[in-house]
Amino acid sequence: MAADTKTSQLQDVKKFRFKFPESVESLFLKVAMLSVFALKCLKGIFRPPFEFVESLKQFYEIGYKSFGLIAITGFIIGLTLTLQSVPTLNKFGAESLVPSMVALAVILEIGPVISSLIFAGKIGSGIGAELGSMKVTEQISAMEVSGTNPFKYLVVTRVIATTLMLPLLVILADSIALFGGFIAVNLTNSTSLELFMINSFSSIDLKDIIPAVVKTFLFGFSIGVVGCYEGYNADRGTESVGIAANTAVVISSLLVILIDMVMVQLTSIIF
Amino acid sequence: MDNNGANGDIVLEISGLQKSFGDYTVLEDIELEISKGETIVLLGKSGTGKSVILQCIIGLLIPTKGTIKVFGEEFTNLPEDKKNLIRRRIGFLFQSGALYDSMTVRQNLEFPVIRQPDYKKSDLTPKVEEALKNVSLSDAVDKMPSELSGGMKKRIALARTLMLDPEIILYDEPTTGLDPVTSNEISHLILEMQKKFNVTSLIVTHDIPCAKLVADRIIVLKEGKITAMGSYDELEKSEDEFVRGFFEFS
Ligand SMILES: Nc1ncnc2c1ncn2[C@@H]1O[C@H](COP(=O)(O)OP(=O)(O)O)[C@@H](O)[C@H]1O
Ligand SMILES: [Mg+2]
Repeated sequence: MAADTKTSQLQDVKKFRFKFPESVESLFLKVAMLSVFALKCLKGIFRPPFEFVESLKQFYEIGYKSFGLIAITGFIIGLTLTLQSVPTLNKFGAESLVPSMVALAVILEIGPVISSLIFAGKIGSGIGAELGSMKVTEQISAMEVSGTNPFKYLVVTRVIATTLMLPLLVILADSIALFGGFIAVNLTNSTSLELFMINSFSSIDLKDIIPAVVKTFLFGFSIGVVGCYEGYNADRGTESVGIAANTAVVISSLLVILIDMVMVQLTSIIF
Repeated sequence: MDNNGANGDIVLEISGLQKSFGDYTVLEDIELEISKGETIVLLGKSGTGKSVILQCIIGLLIPTKGTIKVFGEEFTNLPEDKKNLIRRRIGFLFQSGALYDSMTVRQNLEFPVIRQPDYKKSDLTPKVEEALKNVSLSDAVDKMPSELSGGMKKRIALARTLMLDPEIILYDEPTTGLDPVTSNEISHLILEMQKKFNVTSLIVTHDIPCAKLVADRIIVLKEGKITAMGSYDELEKSEDEFVRGFFEFS
């Protein structure tokens, strides 16, 4: 019986991909399990023992190594957004508004969301595949029998890293995007960087920036949690590594969008 | 019964062990006592639950019913920190080796040691060297697991298992998937560990030459129960066709 399901799984390449929960019941079950897992992560973050060395290593793996990708993304976002809005705003004679419009769009919405989606693709799938293969090859069990808490060592360290690194990466992406915008403006007009920046920030307050940064912590947390959850709970066969990676990306991207929507609503209520 | 090196102390006692996954019962009723220094080989078809028994012993799986006493202590219901105290006295060699593939061989061997509360940093390097010498792979110390062959991985995994000087070692198919020469080497390694350190071993294997070499007692698992137990010579001549079947290819 087990052999039959194996072969049919191999034939059915679709199995390697994320499958939406088949019933409302299983959807709720998944949400509940993810929430429990997230709570367990939160508890692990604040309770000793702490895995400092491993956390630092994850900062490097997850944060530093995403630097290039996020920087390029930011630059292109800023550049294209500006190039596309200049003609439109020119029509209304509002080209002086270009810097502040670009800054507003980038800092509040496009920068955080697109960077986080890219991050979910790179890091969410990476974590899902890494932990998934550790699960399948019994490395997680091996940790457990050698007296290490694999949840603390593998999961909590990664979740801390995604939660703290993503906001930094987004701030970086935003800055580079503004620089990209500056270059785009300079293709047609010439302004100084200083003037461009002053104009950019003329219509943005701290009360705009704070919620935009706060939500990136949540994005980072949920990307880490989902990646770890999928990997840590991978099934026993090798095909489950691919499924874990793929599902991690799909769910965490979806969560980024959902959290963004909720946060925007919340922000408009609070401020 | 021929209990070489056994001195009568029971170190592992399994009684009434039952394990189900959902509705599917893998182990129905396992009774087993292992004395100190004894080597037991566990035979059984694939999928009969041999790995499940080992995982229940080390606490990776929780038995549905029954008790497992290790060193006289009921293991299953202990809190995590007490469990870990007992676990450090048990070595587990995983079927796949389970080497951490993001770490070098040295880091793999150090990992279980540096996470013990009472380890001394100065002991670490000599200990790694000694463990690698035991499995004759001293050159591999700075390699990554991906650079090792299947047999080397198994040997490194065995070296890692030995790092905490376990009193009991559980082997899950230590020679499966290896060529006959390497299998034979591993079997001799197991025998050597036994003689050198007087460890108690429970070995799951399909490798009959290995069983013949190392086993004090062999037990055969069938449909969730132990159907036969005895020395190699006894079981080879068993009346039961199923039991004899394991020995006929050798
Ligand atoms: N963690 C698990 N979850 C569900 N089923 C399991 C699990 N571990 C083992 N099984 C099932 O238990 C049975 C015995 O597995 P196992 O002990 O690995 O067999 P083997 O004797 O070949 O080592 C198999 O049918 C397997 O599918
Ligand atoms: Mg097995």
